[in-house]
Amino acid sequence: MALSTEEILAGLAELITDETGIAADAVQLDKSFTDDLDIDSISMMTIVVNAEDKFGVKIPDDEVKNLKTVGDAVSYIEKAQA
Amino acid sequence: MTETTLRVKTGSPYARILSYGAARGEHLVPNEDIVGPIDSSDEWIRQRTGVVTRRRAGKDTTAIDLAEQAARDALERAGITAEQVDLVIVATVSNEQRTPGISAFVAERIGATPAAAFDTGAACAGFAYGIAQADALIRTGSAHYAIVIGAEKLSEFIDPSDRSISFLLGDGAGAAVLGPSEEPAIGPTVWGTDGRPEAIGMTASFTEFRDGRAGWPTIRQDGPSVFRWAVWEMVKVARAALEEAGVTSADLAAFIPHQANTRIIDEFAKQLGLPETVTIARDIVDMGNTSAASVPLAAARLLEEHPELSGGLALQIGFGAGLVFAAQVVRLP
Repeated sequence: MALSTEEILAGLAELITDETGIAADAVQLDKSFTDDLDIDSISMMTIVVNAEDKFGVKIPDDEVKNLKTVGDAVSYIEKAQA
Repeated sequence: MTETTLRVKTGSPYARILSYGAARGEHLVPNEDIVGPIDSSDEWIRQRTGVVTRRRAGKDTTAIDLAEQAARDALERAGITAEQVDLVIVATVSNEQRTPGISAFVAERIGATPAAAFDTGAACAGFAYGIAQADALIRTGSAHYAIVIGAEKLSEFIDPSDRSISFLLGDGAGAAVLGPSEEPAIGPTVWGTDGRPEAIGMTASFTEFRDGRAGWPTIRQDGPSVFRWAVWEMVKVARAALEEAGVTSADLAAFIPHQANTRIIDEFAKQLGLPETVTIARDIVDMGNTSAASVPLAAARLLEEHPELSGGLALQIGFGAGLVFAAQVVRLP
């Protein structure tokens, strides 16, 4: 069954915390990965690969460039798992 | 017509690496010296790449000079004379001259002529490609002693304002002398290409530069995309090399990946599940990324710093522009 927005956000926050040490409650839909969370491109790629495993979706390299905010990633995953 | 049977040669049952040699660019270039044009900091470079300094060659030093120096070092360590060498393979992407091949210059300079000499490209996988070829040629009797060299003067092809790769690159050469062996000492090579020439390459061609349509060609990469490939795709290649050699990661004494970025090395080791008993080469920290030279340079250093690894098994893997890759398990000299 497809996960809800909240469930995807919680799961993604967990992956971000694992990779960067950023507190899970700081990971909110409107936060920018680079400007707000200071996540560099290599950490971002690690998070993306782990998100593919966790949510059973494919996130191609070209798509990663469009994921500016946590909300972008959550809605991408939401659509991809549908 | 009478049918005649063609005679073919067979060589030593096995080949092995007898020694490694190294030559490093004479100038130590710390991060502080290059951060200006990329509007960056020592901390930014360390965090993203692990590189603290890189070695670069002076204006008058060529890739041929570095290759010659590494070859002489490897020959001395192997106790083999240049006259005994009948095969010279040099991997490079940065020799300043198209022809003759860098291998012909090296063979002549070290006194290995009339050895067969040829160049191989294969970018950062070039050394591992060369080992695969030398191993095969020794076992089929076409060569007895071979020198395989990775040699680069990448600083000729960098753009000081490029934030994708230039700041990582260094100059150097690493060499290995190979010879016959009574025991298996070079596992099967797992190699190939992954059709993505755009991921790492040059900003322009030399003809575009000549015709004034582009500036001097320099090296560029799509860093995040290459990172993903270099870890999660290359882990599969590394596992296949272990499997084909009939060993597991617990049998390894050392892991010698292409020295591209410490974060690739760290994540690679994590994904591969290497036990703590495996020593991981991290020459990149003060050498930078030297493309085809990085694996033999890292191997030479590992044996200098950890002589106890001698005789142990090492998994070496090269990967880079093409995208190309090659991995094999070797017994360290």
